[in-house]
Amino acid sequence: MKNFNFKSPTNTKEAAKLYTGKATFLAGGMSLLPAMKLRLAAYSDLINIKKIKTLSGIKISSKSLRIGATTTHAEVAASKEVEKTISSLSKLADGIGDPQVRNRGTIGGSIANNDPAADYPSACLALNAIINTSKRKIPADKFFKGMFETDLKKGELIESVEFEVPEKSGYAKFPNPASRYAVVGVYVSKLKSGIRVAITGAAHSVFRSKELEEALTNNFSPSSIDNVKIGSKGLNSDIHASAEYRAHIIKVMAKKAVSSC
Amino acid sequence: MADLIGSKIERKEDRKFLTGKGRYTADINLPRQTYAYFVRSPHARAKITKVDHSKAMKAPGVIDVFTGDCVVKDKVGGLICGWKIVSQDGKDMKCPPHPVLAKDSVNFVGDHVAVVVAETLEQAKNAAELVNVSYKIQKAVIKTEEATSFENIHEGIDNNLSFDFLLGDKGKTNEAFSKADKIVKLDVVNNRLIPNAMEPRAAIGDYNASSDELTLYTASQNPHLDRLIMSAFNAVHPEHKFRIVAPDVGGGFGSKINVYAEDVVVAYASKKIGRPVKWVAERSESFMSDNHGRDHVTHAELALNSDSKIIGLKVDTIANLGAYSLVLAAVTPTYLYAPLLLGIYDIPTACCTVKGVYTNTAPTDAYRGAGRPEATYVIERIVTEAAKEIGMDQAEFRKKNFIKKFPHQQCLVHNIDSGNYDAHLDKAIELSDYKNFENRRSQSAKKGKLRGIGFSTYFEACGVAPSAVVMSIGAGVGLWESAEIRFNPTGNVSVFTGTHSHGQGHDTTFAQIVGDKLGVAIENIDIVHGDTDKGPFGMGTYGSRSLAVGGTAIVNACDKIIAKGKKVAAKMLEGKPEDIDFKGGEFILKNSNKKKTIGEVAFACYLPGTFGDVKSPLPEGVEPGLIETSFFDPSNFSFPSGSHICEVEIDKETGETKLVKYTVVDDFGTVINPLVVEGQVYGGVAQGVGQALYENAHYDESGQLTSASYMDYTMPRADNFPQIKIDYTCTPATSNPLGAKGCGEAGTIAAPAAVMNAVIDAVGTDVQMPATAEKVWKALKKNGSKKAAA
Repeated sequence: MKNFNFKSPTNTKEAAKLYTGKATFLAGGMSLLPAMKLRLAAYSDLINIKKIKTLSGIKISSKSLRIGATTTHAEVAASKEVEKTISSLSKLADGIGDPQVRNRGTIGGSIANNDPAADYPSACLALNAIINTSKRKIPADKFFKGMFETDLKKGELIESVEFEVPEKSGYAKFPNPASRYAVVGVYVSKLKSGIRVAITGAAHSVFRSKELEEALTNNFSPSSIDNVKIGSKGLNSDIHASAEYRAHIIKVMAKKAVSSC
Repeated sequence: MADLIGSKIERKEDRKFLTGKGRYTADINLPRQTYAYFVRSPHARAKITKVDHSKAMKAPGVIDVFTGDCVVKDKVGGLICGWKIVSQDGKDMKCPPHPVLAKDSVNFVGDHVAVVVAETLEQAKNAAELVNVSYKIQKAVIKTEEATSFENIHEGIDNNLSFDFLLGDKGKTNEAFSKADKIVKLDVVNNRLIPNAMEPRAAIGDYNASSDELTLYTASQNPHLDRLIMSAFNAVHPEHKFRIVAPDVGGGFGSKINVYAEDVVVAYASKKIGRPVKWVAERSESFMSDNHGRDHVTHAELALNSDSKIIGLKVDTIANLGAYSLVLAAVTPTYLYAPLLLGIYDIPTACCTVKGVYTNTAPTDAYRGAGRPEATYVIERIVTEAAKEIGMDQAEFRKKNFIKKFPHQQCLVHNIDSGNYDAHLDKAIELSDYKNFENRRSQSAKKGKLRGIGFSTYFEACGVAPSAVVMSIGAGVGLWESAEIRFNPTGNVSVFTGTHSHGQGHDTTFAQIVGDKLGVAIENIDIVHGDTDKGPFGMGTYGSRSLAVGGTAIVNACDKIIAKGKKVAAKMLEGKPEDIDFKGGEFILKNSNKKKTIGEVAFACYLPGTFGDVKSPLPEGVEPGLIETSFFDPSNFSFPSGSHICEVEIDKETGETKLVKYTVVDDFGTVINPLVVEGQVYGGVAQGVGQALYENAHYDESGQLTSASYMDYTMPRADNFPQIKIDYTCTPATSNPLGAKGCGEAGTIAAPAAVMNAVIDAVGTDVQMPATAEKVWKALKKNGSKKAAA
């Protein structure tokens, strides 16, 4: 790891001011720190946002569930309110990485990093989330741009994520046996505005499956997925799974997700 | 104390390890210490055209940079192959030069090119980025089966063939096959594995100019052998002025047998700069540069007669040695492999060829089991296929072909002294509730799961090894073991062993043996190992040898202590030595109530003078002190065996395999501490299951290791396992007085075949290791379409 300046602001204004040079925000550090240790990334300044109290916590209203950016996966998984409101989301949080990662890693960090195999981006897309940043509100549909790429501008800080409370929702993940990231993760939801199906792990970035959404709009049941054709074009092929296998697993996980609703 | 042998005593060493008090090489910090960081090749194969380290030399904190030119100039020898194999044409195997810092070419990703020594690790790493190595990249050969048809990667080694080994009688075997009623054929791949010891390798060189003594702290399984090799071949420092300390070592699995380039370089660099030089591997360096294991491609054929008896076995294997030949690289896929292919079956004739090939991958060497897991996998897979093809029950076919009488001279190499194979298979069948398996299969089917069962009835040759035998087939050293027992004047005991404990529990097991023999409480016994300055020369720990060979040296040294003690006690008790009995720590004069404890006798041995009325207790001609040394060279290997029965459930939709039932019955001969042995079996089975279902070292076509971190290399984890049932049978070994056979590798040797036989039973078609979800899913799909077509 190369040397850097470490700053710990206590409010977002200060954080914005401190963002100078080749800086980046540090939340749980579960992806950032290993990358820096391996010298795949280096920054002049790390701005630790864990001391900013307003960025943490869970708030529920009748229509939405707001989770502060620095709320850890373990906090989300353990939250009774989350379980009551969107149980699939607590299940997702409980299945991220391992206990160490869940105790340090944060929702804001996860979606800002936009790892193609991360779990949270699928929840954001499927639950029609709004990403509240220091500058604006970004709908999830416009937030995830590509592999490790988001709509965030330089110095723009995620403050919270606001999920729409669905009528029904389910998440099923086929984990990579080594890292336990998603080889394929499918998040299914039935919202007032319609059915959403978001898929992570399978391609260069999280995406919505029009085919599955159509099938489930006609009939929200596992059997309606049987006849959906998922092509392998555009899906990832690596040492853990071929595109053909991922295409197959998308259907298996989608059925599992619907069954769990 | 006589009940110590066979007792479940908790490991003495666990307290320190579990409370973080272990002292590993990385924990050692010396005054004026510097830090080394290695510049490694990012290419699988390239010519080095220039190494420019001028910028690095000027970087902050840098003390020196050493390159291939430096080690040539200072005549530092290259790394060696310690056991050379002769090809079937009578020619010696071919070994390429293996310099500790590459000068002209690099041959795998991670090959060591230069080292930066600096005041801090960060400074060393920063400066290493400034070492500019110019490479001319060449096309790399990666795949085992393609190596011989690729251009030569080492000058003078045609077809990248190191050796073409033959064991057995080709003519007789062909004749047997010509008379066969049934020939079963099988192709298997034994996947490449990365050892992943919990403690990464580490080394500190510490040269003392005033005494001209060099100390190397290193994570090693065999410090004396390291010192011998480094003084005799690498010419680092003369043996009598060279101390190697292997302190607490966190797992080896064979990967810490070798003298590595980093060991030699930090020792050399310390002499050059006159300060200690420390290197600790990062995990990614461990993945790249620890020796890898396995990597075989094999075709096997088994001949049966009309009575379902095996009449012959033919095996042809290509073994991937990687880029160079390491210390045991050649013996592992030949003599440690081919003789074991016979398994525990009475096979009258067999032959095996092994081609050892070089590729642009990390060098391979011994990895837990070393040759025996590969052999067991071949024979246990093909025996299973044979039973299936002739429609016979798995257990019945095995029993029909088991060796029944002992000693049994096998047709290849080994003379098996003892065993009872029906006994452990019967016990395993009972424990695993084999008779109700079909019910369990139906239950699983109701849940939509495919259930399969697999057997693996293994044997192995442990207790390496009789020196005369191994040296006649190319070993560079004899494989005896040493022990020294030092009674201290106050009556406690220091036991020096030439073996090395890096997880095996020697502190406890050896103390039990000494306590049992000498009647000393185990808390008063200290087992000392891992320091060439403390005990006599010893060969180290690998090949499940420590108890059978090292333990026997300890027993023999104890006997010498008792013999001397009897002479001294006789004088003290005013009797004759032949009238002294030794029992439970006491020397007793026959037909009397006169006795002395061993502590009293030891004390007397150190106080031979006359004090007032007390005359010297030492008889004339008996030297003071109570210290005895023994070197033991076994007459034969020892042959543990056992039966593993595994059941798996497979998810039809995803192809995921879940281990649902696992039963082990082992015959390890005498068991000293069942608790330690159970630990070895659990760990061994887990490692074997890892190979069968999860682990795979993968290189892409260009030679990049794409499974170089725990993000991509799947280790087995606790939640992958059901409770494993373990039991024993016992036929004591006749080749050592303890009757011990060895247990450290058994689980890893037997498990891959048991698991894969179960997977293949469930799937109904061939699957190669590791049986990942996708591979199983594809096999199911293929099988489904085959069935549909039929």
